[in-house]
Amino acid sequence: MSSTITTPQDWASDQEVRWCPGCGDYSILKAVQLLMPELGGTPANTVFISGIGCSSRFPYYLDTYGMHSIHGRAPAIATGLAVAREDLDVWVVGGDGDMLSIGGNHLIHALRRNVNLTILLFNNQIYGLTKGQYSPTSEVGKVTKSTPFGSLDHPFNPVSVALGAEASFVARTHDMDRGHMMEMFRRAREHRGAALVEIYQNCNVFNDGAFESITSRSARDDMLIPLVHGEPVRFGADKQKGVTIDGQGRAQIVNVADVGEEAILVHDESRPDPGLAFMLSRLASGPDEPTPIGVFRAVDRPDYGSQVTAQLEAATERGGPGDLDALLHSRPSWEVAPA
Amino acid sequence: MADPAETIDADRSPVEVDRVIIRFAGDSGDGMQLTGDRFTAASAVFGNDLSTLPEYPAEIRAPAGTLAGVSAFQVHISDHEITTPGDAPNVLVAMNPAALRSELKRLVDGGTVLVNTDAFTERNLEKAGYEVNPLTDGTLDHVTVYEVPMTSLTKEAVAPLGVKPRDAERSKNFFALGLISWMYTRPEGPTLTWIDQHFASKPQVAAANRAAFMAGHAFGETAELFDHPYAVRPAVRPPGTYTNITGNVALAWGLVAAGRQSGLPIFLGSYPITPASDILHELSKYKSFGIRTFQAEDEIAGIGSAIGAAFGGHLAVTTTSGPGVALKGEAMGLAVSLELPLVIVDIQRGGPSTGLPTKTEQADLFQAMYGRHGESPLPIVAAHSPAACFDAAIEAARIALKYRTPVMLLSDGYLANGSEPWRIPDVSDLPDISVEFATEPNHTDPDGNAVFWPYKRDPLTLARPWAVPGTPGLEHRIGGIEKADGTGNISYDPANHERMVHLRADKIAGIANDIPPVELTGDTDGAELLVVGWGSTWGAIDGAANRVRARGRRVAHAHLTHLNPFPPNLGEILARHDRVVVPELNLGQLSRLLRAEFLVDAHSITKVQGVPFTAGELEAAFLKELGA
Ligand code: SF4
Repeated sequence: MSSTITTPQDWASDQEVRWCPGCGDYSILKAVQLLMPELGGTPANTVFISGIGCSSRFPYYLDTYGMHSIHGRAPAIATGLAVAREDLDVWVVGGDGDMLSIGGNHLIHALRRNVNLTILLFNNQIYGLTKGQYSPTSEVGKVTKSTPFGSLDHPFNPVSVALGAEASFVARTHDMDRGHMMEMFRRAREHRGAALVEIYQNCNVFNDGAFESITSRSARDDMLIPLVHGEPVRFGADKQKGVTIDGQGRAQIVNVADVGEEAILVHDESRPDPGLAFMLSRLASGPDEPTPIGVFRAVDRPDYGSQVTAQLEAATERGGPGDLDALLHSRPSWEVAPA
Repeated sequence: MADPAETIDADRSPVEVDRVIIRFAGDSGDGMQLTGDRFTAASAVFGNDLSTLPEYPAEIRAPAGTLAGVSAFQVHISDHEITTPGDAPNVLVAMNPAALRSELKRLVDGGTVLVNTDAFTERNLEKAGYEVNPLTDGTLDHVTVYEVPMTSLTKEAVAPLGVKPRDAERSKNFFALGLISWMYTRPEGPTLTWIDQHFASKPQVAAANRAAFMAGHAFGETAELFDHPYAVRPAVRPPGTYTNITGNVALAWGLVAAGRQSGLPIFLGSYPITPASDILHELSKYKSFGIRTFQAEDEIAGIGSAIGAAFGGHLAVTTTSGPGVALKGEAMGLAVSLELPLVIVDIQRGGPSTGLPTKTEQADLFQAMYGRHGESPLPIVAAHSPAACFDAAIEAARIALKYRTPVMLLSDGYLANGSEPWRIPDVSDLPDISVEFATEPNHTDPDGNAVFWPYKRDPLTLARPWAVPGTPGLEHRIGGIEKADGTGNISYDPANHERMVHLRADKIAGIANDIPPVELTGDTDGAELLVVGWGSTWGAIDGAANRVRARGRRVAHAHLTHLNPFPPNLGEILARHDRVVVPELNLGQLSRLLRAEFLVDAHSITKVQGVPFTAGELEAAFLKELGA
């Protein structure tokens, strides 16, 4: 691909897609394939790296460079690639088990370092590929094959985790709204640094309907709280509900009529401090309460790879390019003359 | 050699000896590593051949004055070629009672002990477990003892500089260094220059260390204690420029050289671990070479990031020790499956688990060979001396790049921290290890379209093409799931899996045709005993074999740098010797590999004490094997 004008077909590989019929992964793949031509990149300069899990099959279905690696390690592998090759557009794809359980460490470190990665976290709150065990985002009490008496683990909220790691870009979307997904993916890709998008994804085989009470067409208006930069945080069919910050600094859902429009929080994704974004991420304790979606945080912070490169350039500027012969003679040495 | 203790010379001009082994020992806080290092540096620049063995506790600050806190540095200097840090020291510098107690047994009979008498207080004696002062109870009757109040002499020397007494005491290692430097007529220049440079930002510390060093030197000269100093002439060696180098620095420099010789930028993904961290430290300095060093969040991310960089076309490296290799196991398997170049450096230490982090061992050979699930062979290269780590690093990179495979490069704690003189190579003599990335489709599909098959192999090397992201038209996906031969698409076909397992194994086995035959040294014809070694045992084996030959027995030595695959002539060499022994710092790992591969009755000589073999130990073992 020499031209930057591409079509969705240029981005689709010839491999047969092998997710279960009806899986939310299909709509996410479609959103990415439709979006890619709009972003102006080329398949040659784009790399998708995944771990292990259903969603980690993703790279096979895109005609870009790709690596289907090992469980949990995609953020680490992608970090190496992104740091070595700043010219590439590197995406990371994985599920909640992959990136929050076995690979949780790599995820938080990629985020805190602000490696230039676009990370798509498919959250279906279940282990799909291993056939239905509870995951680190499953709700407490979940009955699965490995928890016949209900799970005891308190779940992670991926957006809270990312904000806790001070990720410079954090967003949430869901697999039922292609337009919103494409918008979030576009924002994440255009962000320089580590960008995490949590995608509520339905696993219709092992956890069907996990997000239905908030993402179904009939529920959305009342159950999804769209975060839009510079606008009051309001939702409901008539935008009759909103979010305020109380005297204790806690986010609260209120009736706009009760508090007045001026009291409603105006969303500012660019706040340097992640505290308020964190508060918003705590509004819902699970996908059965009104849940914010959209960009929680988008701040400018130097990305890791360009700082690494800057150090290399500065060193070269100071002392010229490395000279191996000079290096080998840089320590005290002595001559032995021919006998 | 002339025994220093027995040589008397009235006019106090230096008496020549052909070699000497000095052991500096003190509390961890006494700066003995630094003292040994400086003595070594001065001896190196002077032109002696030398070999060193630093030994220090794993704790950063073990309780002061205790046996556990003793830190020692042994250096062997000579006027001829030597290969080991020496069996038993001729001279022991003991800065406190614990150092004397823990190290005295190593000294040769009739050796020399220099003690810092100021440290022989009741409390210190008690901490060292002495009920009676060993300086007075006859413990030291078999050796020559020089009692020197080093602490107080140091304090005196630095007092005019206005240094506080507590700080003054810290310079006592430089007093000891000055005294030993006088005793062995070391040039003072290199040490004084080093002090000025190293402490440039702390002029008072520099002045104090300088004063202590000069006071130690003057003490030797003026005190009537010593009959005369000794001299060890420079060693005769091939012409060239030499520098003294440790294994870890040589290995790091070898990687820098591999980057230059391959024309590829280097990426190091690493997590700090003893005794490998120095390679990370060293490479972190060389940013102007385009070297990216990444201190990862853990060992797995260390290798993971390196795999990512390898995919991106960098010469990727990860450095660690045994426990780190264990953590990297799954990712190593991924690299085997991806068939990407990668150098995995294992600076072996005592194991299992945390084991002996600061001590040496060779017990990771099996881990290097088999420490992954599935059939996942990878080449193994092992360095045989500190300086040889340079060439070993280039060789590991060469194999990795040419065959698109992870390569295990084995060193160990002894090589890592030990040092020896190294003839600096001419950069233009270094091998060309450049590789070409794929730029074009390499296959035609049934419809006549030019396509790229990421697993279509070079028929000679069986290496697959390396197409890096950013190359238009060669977009492809790789992964850990089994791939179809050629296309690289996912394949669960049983016959394909078997073919791929064989192809990967054949690729590694075929490297045997591309490595030098193992060289036989010593009695290359008709030896009674063949010694097969690998890695850091080289020096001790060489020394021991020479001694056994001096007794009239015929010994041959084959030392392996390539452990997988083995050199092509190894089987033939083994077959023509009736008696084969394999000394190793493990419980017989190479000997078992040899037995399995060649059905040879290889006898194992083992040691797992965290320290190298001495030549004396191996001499005895070889003689026993010969029935002598
Ligand atoms: S198991 Fe669930 S997540 Fe996996 S492919 Fe099937 S529906 Fe999708």
